[in-house]
Amino acid sequence: MTAAATAVRERTRRAPHDRGRPVLSRFRLPWRLVGYGAVLGLGLLYLLPFALQLVTGFKTDPDAAAHPLSLLPTTPTTAAYQRLFGLSQAADGVPFLRWLGNSALIAVLVTAGRVLFDSMAGYALARLRFRGRSVLFGFVLAVMAVPGVALLIPKFLVLNTFGLFDTYTGMILPLMVDAAGIFIMKQFFESVPREVEEAARVDGAGVFRIFWSVVLPMARPALITLTILSFQGSWNEFTHFLVSTQSGQYETLTTGLARFVSGGLGGGTQYPLKLAAALLSTLPVAALFFCFQRYFVSGANAGAVKE
Amino acid sequence: MPIRTMRVSGAPRSTGSPGAPDSAPGETGTPAKARARRAGLRGEGTWGWLFVSPMVLVLGLFMVLPILMALWVSLLHWDGQSNPFSGQADFAGLDNYRSLLTQDGLDRTLFATSLRNNLYYVLLTVPLQTLLALGLALIVNQRLLRGRGALRTTFFFPSVTSSIAVSTVFLFLFQGSGAVNSMLSWIGVKGPNWFADSRGVLSLVLGGLGIVDPERPTGMLADHSTMGLSWFEWLSGPSVAMCTLILLAVWTTSGTFMLIFLAALQNIPRELEESAAMEGVNRRQMLRYVTLPALRPVLFLVLTLGLISTWQVFDQVYVMGQGAPGNTTLTPAFLSYSAGFDNADFGQGAAIAFILLALILVLTVLQRWALRERGARTGRNR
Repeated sequence: MTAAATAVRERTRRAPHDRGRPVLSRFRLPWRLVGYGAVLGLGLLYLLPFALQLVTGFKTDPDAAAHPLSLLPTTPTTAAYQRLFGLSQAADGVPFLRWLGNSALIAVLVTAGRVLFDSMAGYALARLRFRGRSVLFGFVLAVMAVPGVALLIPKFLVLNTFGLFDTYTGMILPLMVDAAGIFIMKQFFESVPREVEEAARVDGAGVFRIFWSVVLPMARPALITLTILSFQGSWNEFTHFLVSTQSGQYETLTTGLARFVSGGLGGGTQYPLKLAAALLSTLPVAALFFCFQRYFVSGANAGAVKE
Repeated sequence: MPIRTMRVSGAPRSTGSPGAPDSAPGETGTPAKARARRAGLRGEGTWGWLFVSPMVLVLGLFMVLPILMALWVSLLHWDGQSNPFSGQADFAGLDNYRSLLTQDGLDRTLFATSLRNNLYYVLLTVPLQTLLALGLALIVNQRLLRGRGALRTTFFFPSVTSSIAVSTVFLFLFQGSGAVNSMLSWIGVKGPNWFADSRGVLSLVLGGLGIVDPERPTGMLADHSTMGLSWFEWLSGPSVAMCTLILLAVWTTSGTFMLIFLAALQNIPRELEESAAMEGVNRRQMLRYVTLPALRPVLFLVLTLGLISTWQVFDQVYVMGQGAPGNTTLTPAFLSYSAGFDNADFGQGAAIAFILLALILVLTVLQRWALRERGARTGRNR
């Protein structure tokens, strides 16, 4: 087994090297320069908005309006950030720390719930034999096809009827399970060799023991992907919070920022503040992204195998 | 230890109803074959249902039940105040659907406007994002390109950020005197006041060519109308304001689709490319006869994923216009929301949601059907 493993490792190590060699000859030098120029331009197109966002956060309102494109603030100021963190008096209307707290609380609880419940359901659908399993899997596929925006009013109706409208429960509970996560976990558990479970079974382990101490530890890559996707999803969630709450105390970074930005249709006013708030609300997911990019990538491709 | 007791009792799993699978361990009549198959684990059925019960509860309560309730509410005139299930609400039958689809009036005109807006949004966004994503994937897949990892990260990054945050950035960039218009002024173009400009792009182009007068449309275009909207309004194209939403969508989604294309590009058998290279093909022929045919299934997947997601545009509309200017950024999803929450006409809002749901489900069924066809075919070829 070790020999085989080494051989596999050897092959995988050599493979990228092979792939690294291009099939066709290189571009001629002038074309190469043109190509690099074009690619650089494209890259700038993707980076520049974020750079401007970062810089504008340190500008004064008049400066941001007069020089929207300059990458250096004429009179650098941290006024926007001071207001966001409640360090200056003029913070009324932007309870940023409350938004941040709500977003963090919800993201942590939803992520914990999804990781546990999605992997339980995924394992049951992949491995346990029980009546109605295939019907349930069809149900999961059907739920995945239901577009979220068509459920805005329906979700409000249910939460309102159960008395969950404008509560943390109403914000968190409906997000605790997601069909796409179940699908990812089911796919993963199906790829685990059955022999592992059978060995544990011979040793007398029950279903829950096998799941918890044998299969779940093996599922680390899938669990990390699911954790990241769940955190990103709940942190960026907007529509569900929009229809499940109305009072200011439940505003999250997304709903708070959206109401602040769309309400103040006064043109160029307060852009440093708005952009600083938007930047701060992007940071946690951005940090995750730069640390765990390959899991984001596998998450994006999981969307491609929804057949 | 429930498992132990199950094992001691020695009874195979019953074939009872799915609701209570293991309620009767003493039941008889399970075929011997099934018993052998299940010899390893008793109580698997109970555990199975225990494991899926959170999923069944949450998805049932917050996905299935809402749909059923909304179906009922879409048949009512309900203002969100009383209990819609007590019978006090005004039963309206298919009135809500009728006033959206067949009855002349403001509701239908608004709905038709939102459909037109979203249709142009789809028609422009889907091809643009697909082409751009394919281009980006081909670039990042160049094996000798320096910094391709960094480029991939750069292109993908906008996709992972919150839609609200990037919409805020775009609001800033596209203001009347904002960064985009400053850049346009470098090349001598005076940019429009993006978010306040409700003129249709197509009508601007046609007006510029002198074919129609956008201010005063005449003849067939003005005289005929479909669903309460004149042909001129149907054909005037997306408004300038809607174009910013389209640009935003293309910019944020191209990274995700790039990754899907990239995975497919790296799955193309190397032997195929090598043998083509030995035949002496040039780059264009390689792309035309080797790469693109190999990407066809993924191309279809990306197109349909794009079709499905572009019909759901909501967040950007909420932040960047809420329908303004002149209802030209109104989409069915946003109309459904504002009918319920702004105008307290939840019956109408639910009806719009159902029409949208039906449209998207048709697209999804189309996608799954076509992908299944393809899967079967490639399977046979192999």
